[in-house]
Amino acid sequence: MPRRKAAPEVNAGSMADIAFLLLIFFLVTTTIETDAGLDRMLPPIEPPDDTEVIIRQKNIFTVNINKNGQLLVEDNLMNLKDLRAAATAFLENNADGSCTYCKGKKDPASSDNPSKAIISLKNDRETKYSTYITVQNELVGAYNDLRNREAQKLYGQDFTKMEAEYLNPETPSAVRDDLKDKVKRIQDMFPQKLSEAETSTN
Amino acid sequence: MAKFTKKKDGDLPAVSTASLPDIVFMLLFFFMTVTTMKDSSLMVENTLPNATEIKKLEKKDRVIYIYVGKPTQEYQKVFGSEPKIQLNDKFANVDEVGSFILAERAKKPQELQNVLTTALKVDKNANMGLITDIKQELRKVNALKVNYTTYEGDAFNNLQ
Repeated sequence: MPRRKAAPEVNAGSMADIAFLLLIFFLVTTTIETDAGLDRMLPPIEPPDDTEVIIRQKNIFTVNINKNGQLLVEDNLMNLKDLRAAATAFLENNADGSCTYCKGKKDPASSDNPSKAIISLKNDRETKYSTYITVQNELVGAYNDLRNREAQKLYGQDFTKMEAEYLNPETPSAVRDDLKDKVKRIQDMFPQKLSEAETSTN
Repeated sequence: MAKFTKKKDGDLPAVSTASLPDIVFMLLFFFMTVTTMKDSSLMVENTLPNATEIKKLEKKDRVIYIYVGKPTQEYQKVFGSEPKIQLNDKFANVDEVGSFILAERAKKPQELQNVLTTALKVDKNANMGLITDIKQELRKVNALKVNYTTYEGDAFNNLQ
């Protein structure tokens, strides 16, 4: 009986070429990017209930951007660079003294406490988008600065880092559950109340 | 002495390339996993503004993109140079945004329909008027979660 010949070995010499071809294809089509940006919630079009909420003028921090990109903050012209500090001061002003962790000046003419403080942002139709984003960035930054400070005090780490870890789907769920309460607590200390009113037409 | 003469004289042995496919495959798999295929080509200029306080947009399947900007050179003859909205692969008017969002939302699985984010990729030179109109449309269809997509960088660079 003749011995059966073993199957001839497949020549794998061109495997590298094939792999290279695929590699080059993916290299060319790849865009390594994760989009990032400013998360905002738009106000619902109808108010959730018909009870008119009365907000005192001193609890509203108005920011107006005109078409030239100039800022009118609380009826005063302001430089964009000073906006973050002004918003921070407004948020933690703590006029009624109910906020124990605030370091504000307790100016009676400014906001009562962080949960009542509202920032109202208005813009002209001709405002440039980049200016608008810069202003948004500074206002969100003011909130983040305050939240970071409290998170450092309570948990020894930045709020923004905790929140990013909480939102990251790769974080194990045990860690996420733990973070959820912490994030919630800090968020409640300085609730983000940033109202975007309809654009003025003039 | 015979021990020593066995050595071949001078000839370098060829470097084995047997592991080359493995290395290349490793690279290949890396790129395959990090790749995201472009699904629509941009017809508008899209230089995003910079911001520092940004959050990453996780989970691509929960995002609807809206592009806004000046039409690129080749489309400027037809569409002019005023900022336009691009939805998927075509230019659109403001009043089409709502139905687009609803159509996109209907395409997603049931459990994701309430957690969708609208990513606004807006050119930094666009005017807020158009953005405000889009925002108004989004509010009408109750797509309240928006993300102003930006690059990471100093926000004050936007002003120059």
